Amino acid sequence: MYNFEFVKPSSVDEAVAALRDEDAQPLSGGQTLIPTMKQRLNQPSKLVSLTGIADLVGVSSSGGVLSVGGATPHATVAAEAGDYPALAALAGQIGDPAVRNRGTIGGSLANNDPAACYPSAALASGATIVTNAREIAADDYFQGMFTTALDEGEIITGVKFPIPQAANYQKFEQPASRFALTGVFVAKYADGVRVAVTGASNDGVFRWTEAEEALSANFSPNAISGLTVASDDMISDLHGSAAYRANLVKVLTGRAVAACA
Amino acid sequence: MKISLTVNGKTMSGEAEGRTLLSTFLREELGLTGTHIGCDTSQCGACTVHVNGKQVKSCTMFVAEADGADVSTIEGMANTDGSLGVIQQAFQDHHGLQCGFCTPGMVMAAASLLEKNPKPSEAEIRHHLEGNICRCTGYHNIVKAIMAASGQEVPAVAAE
Ligand SMILES: Cc1cc2nc3c(=O)[nH]c(=O)nc-3n(C[C@H](O)[C@H](O)[C@H](O)COP(=O)(O)OP(=O)(O)OC[C@H]3O[C@@H](n4cnc5c(N)ncnc54)[C@H](O)[C@@H]3O)c2cc1C
Ligand code: FES
Ligand code: FES
Repeated sequence: MYNFEFVKPSSVDEAVAALRDEDAQPLSGGQTLIPTMKQRLNQPSKLVSLTGIADLVGVSSSGGVLSVGGATPHATVAAEAGDYPALAALAGQIGDPAVRNRGTIGGSLANNDPAACYPSAALASGATIVTNAREIAADDYFQGMFTTALDEGEIITGVKFPIPQAANYQKFEQPASRFALTGVFVAKYADGVRVAVTGASNDGVFRWTEAEEALSANFSPNAISGLTVASDDMISDLHGSAAYRANLVKVLTGRAVAACA
Repeated sequence: MKISLTVNGKTMSGEAEGRTLLSTFLREELGLTGTHIGCDTSQCGACTVHVNGKQVKSCTMFVAEADGADVSTIEGMANTDGSLGVIQQAFQDHHGLQCGFCTPGMVMAAASLLEKNPKPSEAEIRHHLEGNICRCTGYHNIVKAIMAASGQEVPAVAAE
């Protein structure tokens, strides 16, 4: 890996200032960034560590909204997001214990890997991504594989999740990588149901709106039995064909709804 | 830059660059070669150590992130008189290793599990070891060793 300058500020303002340098990049848990730097797919001149900023770590809940700091590790969300059990369960299934101790929600959402777990929770919950500069609705934030609404040097400082009446995440694991081969997050709110799918589409995380309409009218696995998922834009690789993934979307949505009961 | 760590209870320091990994620092700067590098891509868990009590893959953490931290490695798992610690002894008793390459990481992962969950079930042990790969044993004897180290009856495990 190429060398770089390492800085570890203790406030968001200092981090934002340090990120103004050309080729500077934030470092959170490093669970994605370090492997890509080893492969020289990424070569920042400066890494600005976010792990020394106390304000960015923690889980709190008030007024029906669960807030998670941008540099909060998956293990902390798994242990402390009890007010949103489906989110805590999702965090507890990411990777393995060592990955969960380092990897963070902000890193996962900034990276927007097409097979990552958190993007589905953020989109299905209609979460708000909070940065040092603004608040971004999840519906506007995800812009395709590895692409987000974040500007250069913008830091995710937190994520606000409206807590649903019921929710469940079904992850069909790719056993070698432990990422989602396909994952579906279903969240039921007073004003309707949201369904977000990860791991399946070439465009990254997406909402399955037909299922949302059917489930908002009748929240039962039968409600989606007549629907089909088009396989045109689905990922096809050695782990599963596009048609296989399209079928998984429907099967996992049914299982998630059943698990909400 | 200068880095200081408390490793297995002793303060140690050395020189590092921004890109120096915790695993590299432990092995090359401090000479603690018990921490093994298997994949160097955060897949195998051979490099598992504890940083401030939490299990991490030392090949996927910059040592600068651990500056000032309390680090435990496999070298700290033996008893002070040099005899094998409880988990290490159980691995020996139950033939929980063959080539031994994965063993430092397995023992550190097991220690972290037993701290939180002193009497884990077989399923909990297997779940906790998801990030630790062993190419020799087929895992059964590792699971048995951890059962034994936690003072539980060693079960006949599935598929034997
Ligand atoms: C073995 C293994 C298994 C895994 N399994 C899963 C899995 O099952 N599901 C899953 O979802 N993920 C999985 N991951 C990925 C893991 O969750 C990563 O932790 C996560 O994707 C990245 O988070 P990080 O904190 O490590 O980010 P980093 O690696 O530090 O950063 C990733 C990117 O985000 C940027 N960034 C980081 N933080 C911020 C911020 N606050 N604001 C703006 N930009 C930021 C960085 O500059 C970088 O470009 C796995 C990883 C490994 C190694
Ligand atoms: S060497 Fe670190 S996980 Fe394999
Ligand atoms: S004993 Fe050889 S890899 Fe585990």
